[in-house]
Amino acid sequence: MTEPLPGRPGSFASRAPMPYGQSSTSSLADILERVLDKGIVIAGDIRINLLDIELLTIKLRILIASVDKAKEMGIDWWEHDPSLSSRHTGSPLEQENRRLRAELDALRGRLEPGAYDEEEVPGEEQGGRPAGRRRKSPP
Amino acid sequence: MNTPGSLTYVYAVTHRTGPLGEALAGLHGIGQTPLRLLPLTAETEPAPSTSLASLAFVASDVPEQDFNETALKNHFEDLDWLEHVARTHHDVVQAVAARAPVLPLRMATVYQDDHRARQALAAQQDVFSQRLDQLRAHTEYGVKIYLTPEATQPPAAAPAPAASPGKAYLQARRAQRHSRDAVYQQAEQAAETLETIASRHATQRVRHAPQRGELTGPEENVVNDAYLIPDDQARPFQAAIADAAQHYPDLRIEVTGPWAPYSFAMPAAGPTDAPEPPP
Repeated sequence: MTEPLPGRPGSFASRAPMPYGQSSTSSLADILERVLDKGIVIAGDIRINLLDIELLTIKLRILIASVDKAKEMGIDWWEHDPSLSSRHTGSPLEQENRRLRAELDALRGRLEPGAYDEEEVPGEEQGGRPAGRRRKSPP
Repeated sequence: MNTPGSLTYVYAVTHRTGPLGEALAGLHGIGQTPLRLLPLTAETEPAPSTSLASLAFVASDVPEQDFNETALKNHFEDLDWLEHVARTHHDVVQAVAARAPVLPLRMATVYQDDHRARQALAAQQDVFSQRLDQLRAHTEYGVKIYLTPEATQPPAAAPAPAASPGKAYLQARRAQRHSRDAVYQQAEQAAETLETIASRHATQRVRHAPQRGELTGPEENVVNDAYLIPDDQARPFQAAIADAAQHYPDLRIEVTGPWAPYSFAMPAAGPTDAPEPPP
């Protein structure tokens, strides 16, 4: 199944006995977990280091860890870790809020374009207008 | 220093020492390329006296066509490639860890050339130096608890002959659930006990998600912790865990390591290492 790769460090392994464990005796899952998911992350020139770290983590989870099982065991630390939880989904309330907004936008899109132009200023729909400061109130 | 068409791959941060330099000369990095120490200051200068100035990356050249962004993305889909590079990266980190304090870097940290790598090292030298000092004479060990497949299976006893098929099925299910519950309970208890024992020897702990993907075996991994152990505590720690493990016949308790301090490379506040933007 595995073709010999050029430069596989076989000779390296046999050259000197090392006090630290040889990777051949450690499981691939343990090694991948550590070299891909732990260790210091610093920005390299090749952008995979930072931009794709989340992707890597997700792939790693598929290879190594079962998220469902961990949840079942009550271990869910990554849910609260912004660097690991995917796309910062936020609380259920925030998620629902986002979904409702998207739905609202979609519905508005079906109406005649421009129907809301008079009342809407971009960005303003987020804050909600305090009473008494309506733009269209008479002076 | 770089050969044409190559990039600088960095494996770890360490302190430059004479013995380490000699050891590296006999080892190889990815693609059998020679390893080198990439210190903050030019290599021609005499070995520096301050620990800050002795900071160095362990580095080697890698071919540009294998480590540019597109190639890396494709390679990460290839488990054979991934395994080869991961094991080589790990072998280098472990070899360094056996001889000098080390901060392992995430696999595939790559710079255009040595100059760019040096800049990155300089930018975070204080953090690296401080962390290296904290990890000096410490080693990481993993403690994993597995449920053995036999333990989670119901006893193979045949259902009572009088029972109807439906009733027999329900009985079997109930027996299965009971035996699973008992084993989980035992695992929970073992986890607590081991944690208590380990805390007597360890200076830090991080909890990793249990392993259960296509790379893992049939046994169910329920605890996957990493402990940072002072070197003089390593033997007592291992002995105490092994001793405690004997009390849990339905579990397999495994101590992995010694590992370079991968799980503790960043300070305790961020054991799951949020990516740190360059200053």
